[in-house]
Amino acid sequence: MKRWMKYVRPYWPYFVIGPLCMIVEVVGEVLMPKFMADIVNEGVAGRSIGYIVGVCALMVLTAVLMMAGGVGGSYFGAKASVNFAADLRQDIYGKVQQFSFANIDKFSTGSLVTRLTNDVTQMQNFINMLLRMCLRAPGMLIGALIMAIAMNPRLALVLAVTIPLILITQLIVIRIGFPRFGAMQKKIDALNANVQESLTNVRVIKSFVREDFEQQRFARSNRDLKEAGLRAMGVMIFMQPLMTLFMNFTSLAVVWFGGNQVIAGRMQVGDLTAFITYITQILSSLMMVTMMFMMSSRALASARRITEVLDEKIDLTDENAAQPGLQVKEGRIEFRGVSFRYYKNSAEQVLDNISFTIEPGQTVGIIGSTGCGKTTLVSMIPRLYDADEGEVLVDGVDVRDYSLTNLRQGVGMVLQKNVLFSGSITENLQWGDEDASMEEIRAAAASAQADSFIQSFTDGYDTELGQGGSNVSGGQKQRLCIARALLKKPKILILDDSTSAVDTATEARIRQAFAGELKDSTKLIIAQRISSVMEADQIIVVDEGRITGIGTHAELLQNNEEYQEIYYSQMDRKEAEA
Amino acid sequence: MAVRDLANLSKRYNSASAVKGPGGPGHGPGGGPRGRMRGSGGKPKDVRGAVGRLFGYVSAYKGRMAIVFICMLLRTLSALAGSYMLRPIINNYIAVGRMEGFLLALGVLGGVYLTNIVFTYAQNRLMITVSQTAIEKIRNDLFGKLQKLPVRFYDTENNGELMSRFTNDVDNIGMMLDSTLLSLVSGTISLIGTVIMMIYTNIWLALLTVLFTPLFMKAGGFIASRSHKYYSAQQAALGAVNGYIEESVAGQKVVKVFCHEDTCEQEFGILNSDLRQKQMGAQFYGGIMGPILGNLSQVSYALTIGVGGVLCAAGVFDVGGLTVFGNYARQFSMPINEISSQVSTIFSALAGAERVFAIMDKEPEQPDAPDAKGMEQTEGLVELSDVTFGYNPDKIILKHISLTAKPGQKIAFVGSTGAGKTTITNLLNRFYDIQDGVITIDGVNIKQIRRDTLRQNIAMVLQDTHLFTGTVRENIRYGRLDATDEEVIAAAKTASAHSFIMRLADGYDTMLEGDGQNLSQGQRQLLNIARAALSKAPILVMDEATSSVDTRTERHIEHGMDRLMKNRTTFVIAHRLSTVRNADAIMVLEQGEIVERGSHDELLSLGGRYYELYTGKRELS
Repeated sequence: MKRWMKYVRPYWPYFVIGPLCMIVEVVGEVLMPKFMADIVNEGVAGRSIGYIVGVCALMVLTAVLMMAGGVGGSYFGAKASVNFAADLRQDIYGKVQQFSFANIDKFSTGSLVTRLTNDVTQMQNFINMLLRMCLRAPGMLIGALIMAIAMNPRLALVLAVTIPLILITQLIVIRIGFPRFGAMQKKIDALNANVQESLTNVRVIKSFVREDFEQQRFARSNRDLKEAGLRAMGVMIFMQPLMTLFMNFTSLAVVWFGGNQVIAGRMQVGDLTAFITYITQILSSLMMVTMMFMMSSRALASARRITEVLDEKIDLTDENAAQPGLQVKEGRIEFRGVSFRYYKNSAEQVLDNISFTIEPGQTVGIIGSTGCGKTTLVSMIPRLYDADEGEVLVDGVDVRDYSLTNLRQGVGMVLQKNVLFSGSITENLQWGDEDASMEEIRAAAASAQADSFIQSFTDGYDTELGQGGSNVSGGQKQRLCIARALLKKPKILILDDSTSAVDTATEARIRQAFAGELKDSTKLIIAQRISSVMEADQIIVVDEGRITGIGTHAELLQNNEEYQEIYYSQMDRKEAEA
Repeated sequence: MAVRDLANLSKRYNSASAVKGPGGPGHGPGGGPRGRMRGSGGKPKDVRGAVGRLFGYVSAYKGRMAIVFICMLLRTLSALAGSYMLRPIINNYIAVGRMEGFLLALGVLGGVYLTNIVFTYAQNRLMITVSQTAIEKIRNDLFGKLQKLPVRFYDTENNGELMSRFTNDVDNIGMMLDSTLLSLVSGTISLIGTVIMMIYTNIWLALLTVLFTPLFMKAGGFIASRSHKYYSAQQAALGAVNGYIEESVAGQKVVKVFCHEDTCEQEFGILNSDLRQKQMGAQFYGGIMGPILGNLSQVSYALTIGVGGVLCAAGVFDVGGLTVFGNYARQFSMPINEISSQVSTIFSALAGAERVFAIMDKEPEQPDAPDAKGMEQTEGLVELSDVTFGYNPDKIILKHISLTAKPGQKIAFVGSTGAGKTTITNLLNRFYDIQDGVITIDGVNIKQIRRDTLRQNIAMVLQDTHLFTGTVRENIRYGRLDATDEEVIAAAKTASAHSFIMRLADGYDTMLEGDGQNLSQGQRQLLNIARAALSKAPILVMDEATSSVDTRTERHIEHGMDRLMKNRTTFVIAHRLSTVRNADAIMVLEQGEIVERGSHDELLSLGGRYYELYTGKRELS
């Protein structure tokens, strides 16, 4: 509750005035039947036309006030809920921006997007409804109850029977309905997952001729959803007539007992109809409360999912940085006994006691089998992950003592799974340096062997890239990503298998450009192909989270079994013998 | 990049913006326009068409719908009768103090109430079953259609956008079918019924109430048009916010590496505050419809009661009638309220229906030729003669490709990115149809082979490894649904996946979720290979199938791969030349043409492009 207050506080007047406006509407609604009764009892019975006209004018005035109240309630309700949601959305987004890689890994992209969009909208709608109903429903209940008791306490006794009956029924309905709506939500998620999967897998499905199989699979989860939906809605469908039943029979009782009182002369005819209206108001406000409960099940689920994001502990910050002003100047890298595991309790170490030193300006290759921890290892340098044990030093200073900005400005990294963003090519490359001149941009693109293909586009550097860079080929994307990183002019450049879709000849040219233009920068290259790292100053061979060898190509070929095996798997036998 | 302004951002992320491919040579299917429509706003264009087709879905349950309508009629009539019956009870018994028959009259009223409730329940129960079944059918049809659409369709459509048709759009339709349809009809009936009863009760008072109708309409129309305008603006802004979120969250790791968090937060803030503004208007106008119309009806109620009271005082009207008329005056506004509040639901449902039907109307894969024949098990003799193809007819990707693959041969394609390697393999199974030339299998033109049997003859292992939610076993069995457990394990062994599968928590029964996120890319590729190994297809296509498997593992699985390729005509695409070296023939592709062909040794001695490619990595050693 306290967490949500943060989004209420700046807009508290709206949160207060909105429901108050609704109270105006409720008071009017409760008074209307009374006016009607007065017209019948006093005006008609007394044949006083002046009185009737007076009360009638009062009624019109009340209706106009009610309208103002309703419009005001809507205005302030909208103001409160929209602002609440916008602030909340901004906060969740900001929180995601603070996430470390480990935090991101925990939530999938899709689920984060849903939380930021659908879930926030759910909460917004709920708040809007809550503000309209929170005083209106109880207000109407209490108001109508007071009027009814004031008008005829004996007749109001009927309610003493009806209200508890209704409350019990509603409790039962909520108890049954709530979990059913939860179950439906799960089926919706499952159906969406199913669709998502078949969309991404469309080529597999088609090539294995599994269209019918998929159709059946979908039909199953579709049927599941329908059944869960029917079960959930069944509760509502049952509740509605049941409540009407209570309402109708309560009014029957009122007509009977009230009618008897009128006949006995203890009650006026006009009061009787007003009383029936009050009964209707009381019971419908009770129904409103139940509906609100039902609707809240979705909002609650959304609130829970949002809380999960907001409560996620950021496990990597630079709050304790000893030298936040320090920048990366040379590019010396040292690992001292670094160990790491993804989950605190997992038995398997991703990295196990890694130690090595890289001098400024060196080119270092990292090679090893899939899943051996290469990516994790280099991720420790720009502090994308923190070591569990040991320390990583850049220029002799623990990476945890740099501010994250300064550290990451000094370390350029081209990720294995890289993306570009909607915007022109120039804008994308400017991520590396927002003040870069056109000459600098073109120079970086040329080094990454991207200039020529960019030039071949009709719009050249102004070419718009689609979401995630979807309209350029894999190899072009990788080269653009490299150019983007080069613009940072980093002291340390890390390439994580980022030329896999580039052909060998082009890759060789990129490497040559590095040797020339990034002479002073430390370069780390993770690669599958030995040819990519062969001429490096040192090559680190990683296997199952351990370093099995460090040395030059020639040295490793002599004494590292691992390396030999990789080498020969890629070289022609004939060549190897030669 | 620096923080962009609102105009720039909404241009990029707004629903209407379509990003076109760069107009240059050398890239694949991604070049087409990517119209991205987000959100579900907007006015439907062809209302009648959409309504007609939706009606088609419901009309499948004619019998039940007839019952629903009878129930609704009885429900509406009993409700009208219930409220009318108060008049005689008040006039005949209470007002005059008559006791005999009073209880009986109440009993009759109770009976009417009960009837109303029973029919309300029956109507809703039946309707919800019908509408949910119709929705189920719409979803199935939509999904079925997606299965039938050509691969080309998926090249230009955004998955998220397709997803939203399954969720938002179909939901909106469901909402309308559930309630709107009936409340429109029953609203109209009770409106007419109420007017009739009002006229019957007191024609002058009735006229007074009816006089208010144009005012209702005017106010309702004004608010509806306002709210629709703001609603569209809100949807557009929401689309931009969602688009920005989607992209920047998916690229969050890159954002981090470039310390771009602050820029992103600021840009998001710009879009968010734009949305805040637009939402304000939409929510406000959406919200005032009820109070304004509702309270207008209170005014009309007040005036009617006032005039009615005067008439009573003048002795030309009775108290019971006045009471009942008061009820009617309230009831009169209810259907109007209901109908006008449904307007936005109807709009979004119809817009959703149009978007759903737009997919259903898409051209499916061209049907098989009438004389096409099934080929259950081919020999695997593949011939391409003078094949020319472009994703767009005016942008040719492959030019005059001719080649022959004899049964059991291994043909490799090498060449730089965008040279057309993948495209060739996509033509074999008719993911795309060629513009010129002929492709034959066992001498039969593939256009004359039934598409399903053609594809059953070609097993594909693709570069993008996607798995399905389900167990490891089920994922492998995808290759051949009737395979026994032993065959599944044998296939896994062939692909060298067995050992890592056995190390998983539940072995072959380990659940894979979210695209097998708990497996490494290489492991997923091994599962894909196992899946292909299980299939009995005589033709095998491996498109960068081992690109994420390290070379050492690749070497380990070499024997398995050899077994897999044995007796199969295999097409291999690989960047790693080591993977393609032992092919029977290597095709070097450049800009859509085969520039060199021959065995590894032949090509090396040729000293051409292949030699360059091959030695490109050696010039460093």
